[in-house]
Amino acid sequence: MSPILLRRSTIDAFISNLNLLFIVPPLSLQLVVNGMMIGALFALAAFGMALVWGVMNVINITQGEFVVLGGYVAVLMAQNGIHPFFAIIVAPVILYGVGWFFYQTIIKRVVDKELFTSLLATFGISILLQQLMNQVFGADIRRAEHGFGTWGFFDGLVTVEQIKLLAAIAAIALGGAMVLFLKKSRLGQAIRATAQNARAARIMGIDTDKVYAATYSLNAAICGAAGAMVAMIWVVEPYIGLVYTIRAFMIAIIAGLGNLSGVVVAGLSLGVAENFAGFIFGAQYQIAFIFGLLVVILVGRSFLLGRKREYLK
Amino acid sequence: MNMSSKPVLLYGGILLVGIFLPLVFPAFQTQISMMWMMVTFALTWDILGGRMGYNSFGNIVFFGVGMYAAASVQHELYFDVGQFEVISDQFNLQLTSEKYVFGLALGSIVGAGICVVLAWILGSGILALRGQYFAICTLGLGVAVGEFAGTIDYIGAGSGMSAPVFPQAMGSSGLFYSYYFFILMGFTFFALKWLYSTRFGLAINAIRDDEDKAEAMGLHTTRYKTLAWCVAAFFLSFAGAGFGHLNGFIDPLDVAFPGATFGVWMVLMAILGGKGTLWGPVIGAVVFHVTQEFFWSTLLGWQRVALGLMIVIVVVFFPLGIMGWVREKWPERFGHTLEEKS
Repeated sequence: MSPILLRRSTIDAFISNLNLLFIVPPLSLQLVVNGMMIGALFALAAFGMALVWGVMNVINITQGEFVVLGGYVAVLMAQNGIHPFFAIIVAPVILYGVGWFFYQTIIKRVVDKELFTSLLATFGISILLQQLMNQVFGADIRRAEHGFGTWGFFDGLVTVEQIKLLAAIAAIALGGAMVLFLKKSRLGQAIRATAQNARAARIMGIDTDKVYAATYSLNAAICGAAGAMVAMIWVVEPYIGLVYTIRAFMIAIIAGLGNLSGVVVAGLSLGVAENFAGFIFGAQYQIAFIFGLLVVILVGRSFLLGRKREYLK
Repeated sequence: MNMSSKPVLLYGGILLVGIFLPLVFPAFQTQISMMWMMVTFALTWDILGGRMGYNSFGNIVFFGVGMYAAASVQHELYFDVGQFEVISDQFNLQLTSEKYVFGLALGSIVGAGICVVLAWILGSGILALRGQYFAICTLGLGVAVGEFAGTIDYIGAGSGMSAPVFPQAMGSSGLFYSYYFFILMGFTFFALKWLYSTRFGLAINAIRDDEDKAEAMGLHTTRYKTLAWCVAAFFLSFAGAGFGHLNGFIDPLDVAFPGATFGVWMVLMAILGGKGTLWGPVIGAVVFHVTQEFFWSTLLGWQRVALGLMIVIVVVFFPLGIMGWVREKWPERFGHTLEEKS
């Protein structure tokens, strides 16, 4: 047998999966619907990441761990007989505290250092949280039982899980609330002012340290809410966080910082793309697909910019 | 670097340690091999991370590719591939000493060749990214390659593959590999010491300090950047080939592409020792490995929590590393006396 990378049969399976999509069009619709509902959650986490990135100039690798931590809040609530849907309110409150703690202990000291320092520091926190969760909750895959049902369309060919729809609506509502908060409230305006020019904001009497603390904690809270929904829709496990970080990062760079509608579009598209890839290639390629996509997007973007003699900044 | 006024004594001392340490402590031969491997890791990471300002989380790719390549060459040379694919776990991979050593040598050279080509191809795309984009892209690359390796049947997919058994005629595998890794470390160290003293070293330092200016001065920055990654890939590939054989069993996620352990450690060790210095990675790796071997077993499963904590502490409170601290304390030892002379 010759050393080939992929077996013939594997490639045949990809092609037949692809064919199936053309033979049964509702399947595609199913994938799009599912992808968009999941994508709303990705967009929520990406919104938080773009917020921290834009305001504090910190790429927060801990993003995914905040999501997973929020998920565990939902799991624990479900275990103790409280309906996990309330975790959408409880998890942000807890995660706000977690975010505040990490800001005051660590992020505060690296926020004005060079970018790689803060990147590595948040990477360290991410490993720390992963392993803590592994120790405390165990390495098993957990999910929050919610008891919601499913709607079927097209003779059951297209199904919509109620919880996914609810979660997508909640994600949109939360995102909308965040936007309103940033536009209207005093703190929100201070956050935006700091993002524009931290020095000028300081001169105008804004306590940027407090603004940074609030931004980072708010980001953790948003992630916590997204995580609570993830635990109901999918599953959580201690080591899955990095995947959410990468998704959020991808969405943020595709959309560009401060481009809110871009975040929504990119988030929904990523959800759809992932669902299609999962259907065609199978679940074992899911993580390889996400991380490979990251490499492709980054290299592609830098190539496009390179033609204009620019580079990603 | 004026580490010692008598470098011959220092190098001689290290050589003696390298020769006699595994003989004096036969029970720790594997750990000693791994210590030299860690030094190689930190040194190769520092080429990009410390000297060129490109912080890579994905160098582990070359470690794993080199490992798989070397083991596959052994299989291709001496075994029927179709056979081991079916029963990779039970298959008895016994070889004579000459065959084993020849296979290992050929395998690691082939692996190094593959890794250099791979680094060139990947580098010409990825090294165009700057700063944190490069860091995250390589992070993604490391995970993606590991996951992808787990789906390739030829190398045993997710269930892994076995390297040939170390021939009994050659005695202890620990002794053989502690010398293998010691020689590898020595080669890496002196090759880098030499490289840093050439135009190449100056060029990558210029890229770290200001890439646009370096390019404006007429340096082919892309060429230098890819070359630097190729050098790192070359030495890492040998480390991978050795470790795969030492470990005996190659698993895609835990042995070949262990981003969460080796992949992070190489960054941590270089920073702990002081990145951008020649001796920093060496000291950082030895300190890290010795502490890890002696104290971490007492932590009972909390080691990786401690690892995360350690990264945070080193990065936040100790960013210059050991050598950086020494350099600040005694600048005259590092030739920072030019102002007085001129």
